[in-house]
Amino acid sequence: MNIIVEDWGIIDYTLAYQRQKSLVQEIIAGGTGHLIFCEHPPVLTLGRTFTEGSLLYTKEEIEQRGVTVQTVDRGGDVTLHAPGQLVVYVILDLNLFKRDLKGYLEKLEQVAVDLLKEFGILAVSVPGKRGVFVKADKIISIGVGVRKWVSYHGVGINVNTDLSLFSLIKPCGLDVHMTSMAKLLGRPKDMDEVKKKWAEIFSKTFKGEMTS
Amino acid sequence: MTTIILPELGEGITKATVAYWHVQQGDHVVAGDEVCEVTTDKATFNVEAPATGRVKSIAIQQGQDGLIGSVLGIIE
Repeated sequence: MNIIVEDWGIIDYTLAYQRQKSLVQEIIAGGTGHLIFCEHPPVLTLGRTFTEGSLLYTKEEIEQRGVTVQTVDRGGDVTLHAPGQLVVYVILDLNLFKRDLKGYLEKLEQVAVDLLKEFGILAVSVPGKRGVFVKADKIISIGVGVRKWVSYHGVGINVNTDLSLFSLIKPCGLDVHMTSMAKLLGRPKDMDEVKKKWAEIFSKTFKGEMTS
Repeated sequence: MTTIILPELGEGITKATVAYWHVQQGDHVVAGDEVCEVTTDKATFNVEAPATGRVKSIAIQQGQDGLIGSVLGIIE
């Protein structure tokens, strides 16, 4: 199975979402899967299970800090995207992976855990809480959408994210602190190196699970 | 009359929450149209109309849980 890897650079959240939707249609029509890397200007996205209590300030106060707020059709509560966070969108035909949502999410988490291990960070997925954690702190968030068994959205990896922005929210509705690779390693991490490693591990993990 | 069923979402998933209905009772739908979104475990799944017709009723409202295989609504 071929997966096309693309780097969209720093891109507006809405534009990236529209592009994802176009790719989903292409894949439904028989196109090739995509792995997309990008970063977004500061934005809070509110998923389908968003609850008001997850925003710790009013929308106006949040926007005054230069962060936009947007409702999106993905699972999960509130998530922050900002420069320094590597967003990975996975547009993939899950018909090739047993049509198993839980299995798909677990595979994404496994890629994330393996990725961090490559950089000397011991992270785990926690039963009952989606995402990837280092001790009690969350480092990677996950939220996916599925249309005709084609996935979209994906993961947000805090590489060099300005963590102070997370004080605006309860990330994913949880009382949890966020961390980043830069914080844990004590220095900013090269984004391209992280992208390259993610693509390698992702390719290995998903290819091995193909059923046809 | 055709039922809209909460589909199998994979191993170990027994229920999902109806997050959003795109249609209301009385709306006309075409087979394959997305009629609602269900969420489970940080994933949103778009459920399609299994037939063309009018939405006769909605059995599981937004915010409510349903077991896999249960009737979400009826098209006639």
